[in-house]
Amino acid sequence: MSDTTIPLIAADGTPLKRKLAQSLMRSRARAFGLALPLLAFILVLFVYPIANFLTQAFYDARFATLMPGTTEVLKDWDAVSAPTEEMAAALVADLVVSKKEKTIGKVATRVNREMSGTRSLFTKTARSAKKLEAPYMEALIKKDKDWSDIEVWQAMKTASRVYTPAYLAAAVDLKMLADGSIVRQDEDRRIHVILFWRTLEISFLVTIFCFILGYPVAYMLSTLPARKSNLLLILVLLPFWTSLLVRTTAWIAMLQAQGVLNDLFVVFGLASDDDRFSLIYNKTGTLIAMTHILLPFMILPLYSVMKTIPPSYVRAAKSMGATNWTAFWRVYFPQSVPGIGAGALLVFILAIGYYITPALVGGQDGQMISNFIDFHMRKSLNWNLAAAMGLVMLVFVLFMFWIYDRIVGIDNMKLG
Amino acid sequence: MALDYTNNAFVRFDRVQKSYDGESLVVKDLNLDIPKGEFLTMLGPSGSGKTTCLMMLAGFETATHGEILLDGVSINNIPPHKRGIGMVFQNYALFPHMTVAENLLFPLEVRNMGKSEREAKVKRALDMVEMGDFGGRRPAQLSGGQQQRIALARALVFEPELVLMDEPLGALDKQLREKMQFEITRLAHNLGITVVYVTHDQTEALTMSDRVAVFNDGVIQQIDAPDVLYEQPKNSFVAQFIGENNTLEGVLEDIKDGVALVKLDNGDVIDAKPVNVSAKGDRTRVSIRPERVEFRKDRLKKGAHLLNAEVLEVIYMGDILRTRLNVAGNSEFIVKTRNAPDQTRLNAGEIIEIGWQPEDCRALDA
Amino acid sequence: MKTIMSLTTASVLAISAGTAFAEGSITAVSWGGAYTKSQVEAYHKPWTAATGNTVVSEDYSGGLAEVKAQVESGSVTWDIIDVEKSDAVRGCDEGLFMEIDHSSLPNGADGSAAADDFIPGSFTDCAVANIVWSTIFAYDSSVMANGPTSIADFFNLDAFPGKRGLRKSPKANLEMALAADGVAAADIYEVLGTDEGVDRAFAKLDTIKDSVVWWEAGAQPPQLLADGEVAMTTAYNGRIFNAVASEGKPFEIVWDAQVFDVDMWAIVKGAPNADLAMDFLKFSTATEQLAAQASYISYGPARKSSAPLVGSYHSNASLEMGPQMPTAPDNFSTAISNDFEFWADNQDELNERFNAWLAN
Ligand SMILES: Nc1ncnc2c1ncn2[C@@H]1O[C@H](COP(=O)(O)OP(=O)(O)O)[C@@H](O)[C@H]1O
Ligand SMILES: [Mg+2]
Repeated sequence: MSDTTIPLIAADGTPLKRKLAQSLMRSRARAFGLALPLLAFILVLFVYPIANFLTQAFYDARFATLMPGTTEVLKDWDAVSAPTEEMAAALVADLVVSKKEKTIGKVATRVNREMSGTRSLFTKTARSAKKLEAPYMEALIKKDKDWSDIEVWQAMKTASRVYTPAYLAAAVDLKMLADGSIVRQDEDRRIHVILFWRTLEISFLVTIFCFILGYPVAYMLSTLPARKSNLLLILVLLPFWTSLLVRTTAWIAMLQAQGVLNDLFVVFGLASDDDRFSLIYNKTGTLIAMTHILLPFMILPLYSVMKTIPPSYVRAAKSMGATNWTAFWRVYFPQSVPGIGAGALLVFILAIGYYITPALVGGQDGQMISNFIDFHMRKSLNWNLAAAMGLVMLVFVLFMFWIYDRIVGIDNMKLG
Repeated sequence: MALDYTNNAFVRFDRVQKSYDGESLVVKDLNLDIPKGEFLTMLGPSGSGKTTCLMMLAGFETATHGEILLDGVSINNIPPHKRGIGMVFQNYALFPHMTVAENLLFPLEVRNMGKSEREAKVKRALDMVEMGDFGGRRPAQLSGGQQQRIALARALVFEPELVLMDEPLGALDKQLREKMQFEITRLAHNLGITVVYVTHDQTEALTMSDRVAVFNDGVIQQIDAPDVLYEQPKNSFVAQFIGENNTLEGVLEDIKDGVALVKLDNGDVIDAKPVNVSAKGDRTRVSIRPERVEFRKDRLKKGAHLLNAEVLEVIYMGDILRTRLNVAGNSEFIVKTRNAPDQTRLNAGEIIEIGWQPEDCRALDA
Repeated sequence: MKTIMSLTTASVLAISAGTAFAEGSITAVSWGGAYTKSQVEAYHKPWTAATGNTVVSEDYSGGLAEVKAQVESGSVTWDIIDVEKSDAVRGCDEGLFMEIDHSSLPNGADGSAAADDFIPGSFTDCAVANIVWSTIFAYDSSVMANGPTSIADFFNLDAFPGKRGLRKSPKANLEMALAADGVAAADIYEVLGTDEGVDRAFAKLDTIKDSVVWWEAGAQPPQLLADGEVAMTTAYNGRIFNAVASEGKPFEIVWDAQVFDVDMWAIVKGAPNADLAMDFLKFSTATEQLAAQASYISYGPARKSSAPLVGSYHSNASLEMGPQMPTAPDNFSTAISNDFEFWADNQDELNERFNAWLAN
């Protein structure tokens, strides 16, 4: 009885508030402890490697580490006046070391990125660097007259920057000159901006197509009895469960010039036999295939939202005199918007990052930005540029999220 | 208002049948005339086909057979939005993405009504349900009772002559429900509209309606004014379904002077009013309301048959006393007596004699 | 899956061969398909029979990305890898491959020293050539009775209408374009080394650009031909040969302006079984093994001493393999030798330009 008269003290004498905080703390700590493995997993296997990789977009210490002397001397050079003997001496000294350490290939690759064609200049010179004697500048030029080209030295100066905007600039078709100024890339080498636009265009169109095709399907699914809708849902999900190879083969069989679709067009006189439609190995192919694959990502959120819209809303609208169309447009459609938002965002963002499908059926004008990230990852080994392009894309996707949040509201999105 | 039951029914169901699956009939041969201005309730257990009837009338389901007429015109082929019928749904179906005022404007907008007229009507409708200050709110910001009022206002704002309501009070608590029952009837009578109201709550049906149609198994069992329904059920389903009821089973011995002699299964003989029996030897179920059972001989007619009963339990309920008896093998036989100063108190274990006026005891179908 | 299957096959073979118990195992990475099969038959099985060591065979699709990832993360699982020459050089420069002492390679069967026996260009600091392969173009003779005979025909859409298949890469395409434009094989890289030369090559490619279907994997061109998607396509000669010899496809190879190159074995730096891998490398690049491989696929042995030993196709004794080789005299007169140094120097720029050209 006496306890209740001093309500702020718990049984063991500590103030109730503190006691409450303690017990809450303990349960929170336990919950956190349970989530810890997943957090650690995400941090170690996802956040850290990606962040680490993305730093390569603006961080490249290769030249500076492998050619420390040259880097030091180039710092003081204005990139305009003639290269000095001091620079030549430092270069030769570094070349000797890098030949010995077998790092010359890395150095040469790095500089070659700034100035094409200089790779062999470095590897060849390094091979005989030991035999070069002062005055070094003369000796270098005697070895190969390209050393008299100031652009080679400018390329080295650019390469010697540890933190460099060069890759990010390249990712948007700009290039950094030795003096640090940034200009547009030569016309016949501009490609990334075109690709970003094309990626946007394709993603946008795929989203629209998925919406146009998916909305009626989702609506139908939501109105069918559970048994039938589950069966149809499996059909919708089928592309998910089909191996990429089977899917690709199917598309090729359907879409190629001698394929099923074109045969049908010819039969029905929509195309002449020797002038068949190009439905694959171009942008059309990419659009068709991506719409096919991404359709479920539109249908599922739509379906889950539509299922929660009771038929009585539309009935109510009709009972009040609304035609079918008005009832749909003013009552049903607005309530399906959260599903549209989720589906469209999902499809759009997935589409932006797609690369296997475009690689398989995209031909030359159906390629997307990710195909070039892939190209630089696997073929040209220019991971820095790949990281820069990835970073640009990441920023863009975050920007899209932000826009979406402003327009629709992220909490207005229902994923199911 | 005097209702015209004879001709020119405002709503007419003419031999209407409905089947969803092509195998079983959910509504079987429904004939129903509803005069203008009537408040008709469809009452029946869940699954008895009430909603189906309402949906056919509204146009969201098509009748498998038969015709539905509105004001003398067949509406079988008129789409729902051209029928001009107001509707209140069980879950209210207020559009969540619109404000209350927008919800009410909706039926007026689709009718291309002028702006000032629209707004005047919405204001009047909101005032009518005492929700004048809530026009700017979203449905989610209203309580259940408030949503109910808005749904009602929305069904009435475009001034339909016929309004359908499908268990509109089902989601409200008892007190609110009673208040709304009163308001709905008041509004309906003031506006002179015809209402078809669906419920499975008999009290609601009895208190609100001009007439009640009792549904069971897709068939109207009885359609009558509430008091007739209660006092004179036409069959044992209606007797059971409406109000509390005691039944005893037996065989019809004889009918003499409009009084049936029924021999109960334990051999006792009682008097009853023949309603649903005709031939001697028919099995019958006699039905008597608990408040019409008498155990004070001074109140019974001379010569009436009496039955022996054992008092099992007396429940004190304040205004009334409920006494559970064992009568002719039925141990759930209830007697209700007013808690009046002159009332005899019974005690458990006592053996008494009970009886009733023959016209209060109805011999129905077995 | 593939790895496991090959592993079991290899170990079953090791046991059935009745030699000593399996002493060790290496992981050999190659291009898959008929090519890996020829290596399994000519290198892996005999090596297992001779030493008891097994070979786990893995497929990859070229490039150095995976090797780079393994070496840079310090978890190397691959031992020996079949790479294109340009990748062999680049990988060596980047420190992805071990250096190889070429004097330790065995003499040829005719007694000649390895350095003389291998064809020129077979050695790089980190790799040894095993085969000569080539990019050629081919057509379906059942569709085109009077087929193309020269590289100029490939670029002649008027005389030979229809789609063209080309690899989605500037390599080989620029060389062939210049050859079609009249540049002699020996002068190709000199011309390509100038801006005007590059412009000229792209201008030539422009003439067929709208009719091109681009392929990436070596398995695609025979498929494109078979499906009728293209009238003619560039391809790796072995793939076309394989379609003809084992699937009976009516394809014809045109050898004019073939761009040939070597494929090489390189040992990954930090390979878990580097010594065994080196032993395997020496074994598999010996005269007999290279000659044996040529009966499974039409790639030329990198050793001159193997040529006389090259026989007929393994499943068809009447199909002599000699004339199918890129190095056969009839095929070789206008051959272009791929200049890896040129590509090492210029591929970044030319790739960019090529990609921009494609995208516009
Ligand atoms: N859309 C429908 N499809 C199939 N059967 C239905 C449908 N709607 C109602 N039913 C069936 O019809 C019968 C009557 O239902 P209903 O009219 O809703 O009854 P009530 O409103 O009286 O509860 C029930 O057995 C119900 O299962
Ligand atoms: Mg109902």
